[in-house]
Amino acid sequence: MRLGVPDLWSQISNLMSQISIEMSIGNMNLTLKVWRQKNTKDTGKMVDYKVANISPDMSFLEMFDVLNEDLITKGDDPIVFDHDCREGICGMCSMFINGRPHGPKDAVTTCQLHMRSFKDGDTIVVEPWRAKAFPVIKDLTVDRSAFDRVIAAGGFISVNTGNAQDANALPIPKAQADSAFEAAACIGCGACVATCKNASAMLFVSAKISQLALLPQGQPERYKRVQNMVAQMDAEGFGNCTNTGACEAECPKGISLENIARMNRDYYSAKFVSEEEG
Amino acid sequence: MSALNSNIPEGDLTNKWTKFKSSVPLVNPSNKRSIEVIVVGSGLAGASAAATLAEMGYKVKCFCFQDSPRRAHSIAAQGGINAAKNYQNDGDSTYRLFYDTIKGGDYRAREANVHRLAEVSANIIDQCVAQGVPLAREYGGLLDNRSFGGTQVQRTFYAAGQTGQQLLLGAYSALERQIGMGKVEMFTRHEMLEVVKIDGKARGIIARNLLTGELERHFGHAVVLGTGGYGNVFYLSTNAMGSNVTAAWKANKQGAYFANPCYTQIHPTCIPVSGDHQSKLTLMSESLRNDGRIWVPKMKDDNRKPTDIPEDERDYYLERRYPAFGNLVPRDVASRAAKERCDAGYGVGASKLAVYLDFKANTERYGRIEASKAGIANPDKETCMRLGTAVVKEKYGNLFDMYAQITGENPYETPMRIYPAVHYTMGGLWVDYNLMTTVPGLYCTGEANFSDHGANRLGASALMQGLADGYFVLPYTIGAYLSNEISVKAIPTDHPAFAEAEARAKGILDTLINIKGTKSVDHFHKRLGLIMWDKCGMARSEEGLKWAVAEIQKLKKEFWSDVRVPGTADEYNTELEKAGRVADFIELGELMCLDALNRNESCGGHFREEYQTEEGEALRDDENYAYVAAWENKGDGTFELHKEELKFENIKIAQRSYK
Amino acid sequence: MGSIANAFSSSIGKKLIMGLTGLFLISFLVVHCFLNCFVFIPDGGLMFNTGAHFMATNWLIRAMEVVLMAGLLLHIVQGARLTFQNQAARPVKYAYHDGQSNSKWYSRSMGLLGTLLLIFLVVHLSQFWTVSRFTGIPSNDANGHEDLYAVMKETFSNVGWVILYVLSMISLAYHLLHGFASTFQTMGWNHKKYTPIIKAIGVGFSILIPLLFAAMPVWIYLGL
Repeated sequence: MRLGVPDLWSQISNLMSQISIEMSIGNMNLTLKVWRQKNTKDTGKMVDYKVANISPDMSFLEMFDVLNEDLITKGDDPIVFDHDCREGICGMCSMFINGRPHGPKDAVTTCQLHMRSFKDGDTIVVEPWRAKAFPVIKDLTVDRSAFDRVIAAGGFISVNTGNAQDANALPIPKAQADSAFEAAACIGCGACVATCKNASAMLFVSAKISQLALLPQGQPERYKRVQNMVAQMDAEGFGNCTNTGACEAECPKGISLENIARMNRDYYSAKFVSEEEG
Repeated sequence: MSALNSNIPEGDLTNKWTKFKSSVPLVNPSNKRSIEVIVVGSGLAGASAAATLAEMGYKVKCFCFQDSPRRAHSIAAQGGINAAKNYQNDGDSTYRLFYDTIKGGDYRAREANVHRLAEVSANIIDQCVAQGVPLAREYGGLLDNRSFGGTQVQRTFYAAGQTGQQLLLGAYSALERQIGMGKVEMFTRHEMLEVVKIDGKARGIIARNLLTGELERHFGHAVVLGTGGYGNVFYLSTNAMGSNVTAAWKANKQGAYFANPCYTQIHPTCIPVSGDHQSKLTLMSESLRNDGRIWVPKMKDDNRKPTDIPEDERDYYLERRYPAFGNLVPRDVASRAAKERCDAGYGVGASKLAVYLDFKANTERYGRIEASKAGIANPDKETCMRLGTAVVKEKYGNLFDMYAQITGENPYETPMRIYPAVHYTMGGLWVDYNLMTTVPGLYCTGEANFSDHGANRLGASALMQGLADGYFVLPYTIGAYLSNEISVKAIPTDHPAFAEAEARAKGILDTLINIKGTKSVDHFHKRLGLIMWDKCGMARSEEGLKWAVAEIQKLKKEFWSDVRVPGTADEYNTELEKAGRVADFIELGELMCLDALNRNESCGGHFREEYQTEEGEALRDDENYAYVAAWENKGDGTFELHKEELKFENIKIAQRSYK
Repeated sequence: MGSIANAFSSSIGKKLIMGLTGLFLISFLVVHCFLNCFVFIPDGGLMFNTGAHFMATNWLIRAMEVVLMAGLLLHIVQGARLTFQNQAARPVKYAYHDGQSNSKWYSRSMGLLGTLLLIFLVVHLSQFWTVSRFTGIPSNDANGHEDLYAVMKETFSNVGWVILYVLSMISLAYHLLHGFASTFQTMGWNHKKYTPIIKAIGVGFSILIPLLFAAMPVWIYLGL
């Protein structure tokens, strides 16, 4: 049972070369049309790139790593794109791939999109999120701080640290807690804005409003919250919702349109019924 | 070697924190308004600290390198958060959580800190629920719990497989509330590159605006680092791509000792590497071990499909070796056991570096329960599997989906393949009881400090520690320092110390840009990762570590003469960001190996092949190594070791057994 | 009051106006369609003319007509404003936007469909409404009512008008197919149990009403 002292180094090297042969050196060759833009003021343009030997097991971003490595070696500027956790939860990755946010597969983020979703010889068009409220910073990176400002306008429960009662003092029906959780699953990636023909942020904003409106803890500020958050959303320059449902279809976390209806209801109650000004 | 003063309050263990809280000097509200605190990092530890400090009245500046504080990597934590609530009436208590954590850490953590952690754990759950964090509930409307490794009670609170996300969004909303009120000034896409010290005290930072490349000077009466762990030193880890050690490392260079750097946690249940293109590894939550059974074939090189291997030809090695805890042994134990089986030739999958995590038995069991609920008598196997799959889907759906997306296999039909991967680092900046580093006024919270997990962290304890530090510990303890700073006026940032620090940062950036070598930053990072994983990973040896130190020194030379960083320093330059981080990882990597070399014992995540029992378990040396190894950076590439003896006055130190 | 005023200038408020006016126009469609169905009665248009006479002379109906026009105008103006604002929310367009994969073309084309309907309305109103209200209908029927039916027969003897009307009703069908259910969503009436019912009614309505309308010119043209 005693662990031996195998030469891990050679084991790993062997493994790596073995894997390389078996899986990594893929045989996909692709043409990429990528948006390049130096900075916010630059007009930007689409640039064509060829990538070769792509493995179907690579993630879309790993394919971009390969391309960037190639660009750097050639002395070109690598393509800048937002990404961080690469496991579909931080919401940072944000590519508009072949006309869809996060690419052709439903319910995944770009980092979880794998090259097996494409075919050898494909041409892939990659653009940044496009919205007045999301100005392009560089290449495929956009500024989504508008979302933070919407949250700062009311996406919270005003409870200072140390003021909480016992967590079980307030039973919450499971179905309600589950609905709140489903709304809270939003990762703030902005795919909803990106795909909406109006660049509307209603799904994002309604997800937070719904989460808090569904919970008893959220009631005291319910009507103030919806008024302030909607006002901030409008001030940021997002478009208006026309209920096309594209946001729900493209949301990597499956946030439901029900949230938008709930927000609308709360908004009317706040504006027409409640006596509280936003 | 000087002794380190941990400033642990006198008195009985269970009263230390209460007494401390009621006797710590306070800062009055009008003074708080003129005291500025810098918080670097916006994860659980950073965001919760920034929000709470602002609520208390301090002027806070918060920094993160991501585009929003909501993206910090705490968001990726899946399984849950521990708290000694005893809601399940299974005998849990503050003491038991304290005990489990000390034992889980293989008796290499500070008793007083861990007890405080256990004490405040319950408050965290209360706070988060009050914020609207939708933790999982039972049908009665009360909070639900699940089991995690290394414990025999159910004390883990969770929100599906996205607990970290929900807790972080709670802290983020508290932070955004303070930002909206103008009490926190938030700097996103900013990276801290230097600590500014004036008269020996931390008085600010130099941060680079990543979008413009501009170096900015920021003053603070105190600086708090909540900058996370350094697992990316291994290149491949479950950390985010941007997770880095730079802030902590710069602090180390300015006099903050780095403690126990070799304590790294290798998580047993990650999706195996699929090729050399791999940029990161993905964790499959420990919560899966609640219902998944881990096995390998009994026969070597068994290439049959897992579903074709009959029950009696499977080796459920964790259940065999550790009957008391079975599949729920702590992470270090489970990881080593997986490695042992694979090294012995029983690994599965194309790479043979994987074991199976199988849900079939429990799916069927759940199905049987559901069938009986639905009044189906003598359900057939198919019905059981169908009903059970629905239950499993509800519990772990998002994890199963993630597995399917990454591997292209359907985990509902075939067992998952898993293998250990770097996940968490227990080491970090040395801090005293007040979470202050060896630099006065410089604090460190969360994964970035070393304090609570000893040599191995138990599952669901990282979220607990991050939030404990940020919500409940630091906001109190920092008062002890700031109460003496009320007469200090904000120091103008044209002070020579700021200029010097900025020049240091600028010097490094300019050097990196001007090397104009031939190899990319990632090239060096990958090579560093292979050295670290091979020699300073799951198993370490004196010979290997010495070799690694020499290799890293060579790599460092090569890096500084041949790295290629395109672009300039005064623009948005992601390669330059990476280069700075990798440069620090290289230096840290060397220190990790030195620390591992120094520690002639095996404990928790640190396993030295020379020190193991007959059964292959870790063999501690309490006589000689029951200390915290805190390393002082001498600035010339050498490090001096300082020891903090660990005293166990409340727990009988014993060999850790999960049999 | 300030709160109510700014409610209507917010994005949600503007949509509410679209929804409410839309719903109002839908209710008008029901009445209009019901009365026009009298053309299918083979009595040479007597019933139809009686209905038209009632509509033209009843003071309540006349008053509602003003409201209807106001509603229509509001719907058009607000729709136009929203469309322009929404276009401004994305100043740089995508090189390639695959809208088809996540939404229906008619949901994305409400502005276009609305414009087509507006053109149709101009034609339609000038053909019938201005005639009956202002310029006067040339002849009377056997009951002494203005013979609007004759005007219809005259108009729909031209195959060009028939085709225009049928195509316009297809536009209306698609406009309704999105608009009907969308109104309820905008008003916040989204419910797991009722939304599927509303959607089904919406589909039925969107097919039935335009179909009946489209059948009228065809019916008359074919002389059935």
